[in-house]
Amino acid sequence: MSIAITTQIICFTILSLVILIGALGVVLLESIVYSAFLLGGVFMSVAGLYLLLNASFVAAAQVLVYVGAVNVLIIFAIMLVNKKEDLKPINDIKSRRIISTSICLTLLSLLIRVDLTNVWSLSSPQNSIGEESTIRIGEHLFSDYLLPFEVASVLLLMAMIGAIVLARRDVMNKDISTGLPVDQELIEKSSEPLLTNKN
Amino acid sequence: MEYGLDLEYSFNEFLKGFGLSSEIAHIIWLPLPMLLVLVAAVVGVLVTVWLERKISAAAQQRIGPEYAGALGVLQPIADGLKLLVKEDIIPAKADGILFTAGPILVLVPVILSWLIVPFGQNLLISNVGIGIFLWIALSSIQPIGLLMSGYASNNKYSLLGGLRAAAQSISYEIPLALSVLAIVLMTNSLSTIDIVNQQSGAGILSWNIWRQPVGFIVFWICALAECERLPFDLPEAEEELVAGYQTEYAGMKFALFYLGSYINLILSALLVSILYLGGWGFPIPVELIAKFLNLPINAPFIEVFTASIGIVMTVLKAYLLVFIAILLRWTTPRVRIDQLLDLGWKFLLPISLANLLITAGLKLAFPQFFGG
Repeated sequence: MSIAITTQIICFTILSLVILIGALGVVLLESIVYSAFLLGGVFMSVAGLYLLLNASFVAAAQVLVYVGAVNVLIIFAIMLVNKKEDLKPINDIKSRRIISTSICLTLLSLLIRVDLTNVWSLSSPQNSIGEESTIRIGEHLFSDYLLPFEVASVLLLMAMIGAIVLARRDVMNKDISTGLPVDQELIEKSSEPLLTNKN
Repeated sequence: MEYGLDLEYSFNEFLKGFGLSSEIAHIIWLPLPMLLVLVAAVVGVLVTVWLERKISAAAQQRIGPEYAGALGVLQPIADGLKLLVKEDIIPAKADGILFTAGPILVLVPVILSWLIVPFGQNLLISNVGIGIFLWIALSSIQPIGLLMSGYASNNKYSLLGGLRAAAQSISYEIPLALSVLAIVLMTNSLSTIDIVNQQSGAGILSWNIWRQPVGFIVFWICALAECERLPFDLPEAEEELVAGYQTEYAGMKFALFYLGSYINLILSALLVSILYLGGWGFPIPVELIAKFLNLPINAPFIEVFTASIGIVMTVLKAYLLVFIAILLRWTTPRVRIDQLLDLGWKFLLPISLANLLITAGLKLAFPQFFGG
């Protein structure tokens, strides 16, 4: 076995272990902050897997989008909404756990089936494009994947407008579910200059 | 343009002369450029710290360090040693793991980004195809480290500083990436080597700064903001936030932040010189000099000359920019947080978008000047 292949196997093992343990930690840890940071680690390791597959552009995009944007936003949200609140105990926790476990197991079996039935080997390994992949991705985005690309941007625009509407509470001053007026405490208070107050 | 020293090839040939296989030779080669660049980065930091002390002293009509070595050149080493032997304190109520991981997460992406900084045709660690994009992706990891250390310190000033730092870093990343995109559009490549080669046609006249003046200014402002240099040093504004996310840090962990911010400053200066100031290019093309001296371009003398001039030019341009950054730090007041965000979102973002659009239009109209 050549040194290159050995290195690849070692890297793959470490990355997969980090992904598995990290993902379990995201779900099982009590502290939500730890979960958020571990999620960043999992995203990074997935980027590492892409690197092993010679998809350096996808790996960098994964880091930029998932670690640099998604994960940072999640952590931001956790730190800004720093509300200490004890969760209410749920009565039928046992049946809920059974249902969620069975759903997860079904999904897992589906994935295993895909893994077993799909033909993974490439027709010819020479066809790998490596560094050219950036150009290929660009070509695909502006030809046969143009519509999904544009629809995705419209979706992002909608999400952005939605976020602005939610953040500006003067647009939505009624609670949607109860119909009661929203607690106005958190809306910007009419700003009084601090210095004039003291006279 | 495939001239220049290929040290890796010569080194591998040299080792093969001892009967080693090419794989082993490659493995022995691999750590060498990494170590070299790491040492270069740390020495660069020492020089920058000394410059900062001396230039700030000159700006304030003081003398600055003068007892440690001639003109105080050993002062940064004394600073470093002091930080090295200081007691490493973790506050009692802090989160130990995150408190330790924060500074590492801030420093490592910055050092990794040196992977793509070229000092000559073959003088870089790895000419990865995604080149400059790697730097943009890696620099987006830093806010996580800042948030982590701000949170783990268990101190409201630290948390606020961390949030400010992350918000600032995220807002200025977008115009930064857009102005890099304009350059990439002109080069047709993400690789830093190609970006420099595209500017090497006519010496100083073909540098990107003449074709991308707006991009240059936007990039420089954003780079300063990413490095948290004054006018944009809000995250550690000592009058408001004690020292921001660094408040609770001492000893080597603080040194990691310190090192990270200075390495980032040098890296940004290097990248400005690569993207806009012709990288390792001499203001007069080396080909012209070779022709003047009646030597072929691949003569050994010219090769060594080109390589050394390349390193000198890259470092010189970078340090010129570091000098400007230091002068800015000691002559400008700090912006307020709302001014900072206004500048980022309402001014730099539209300007860099327009710049990108105009660059694309000009590329279509004048392909010979703006890259075909």
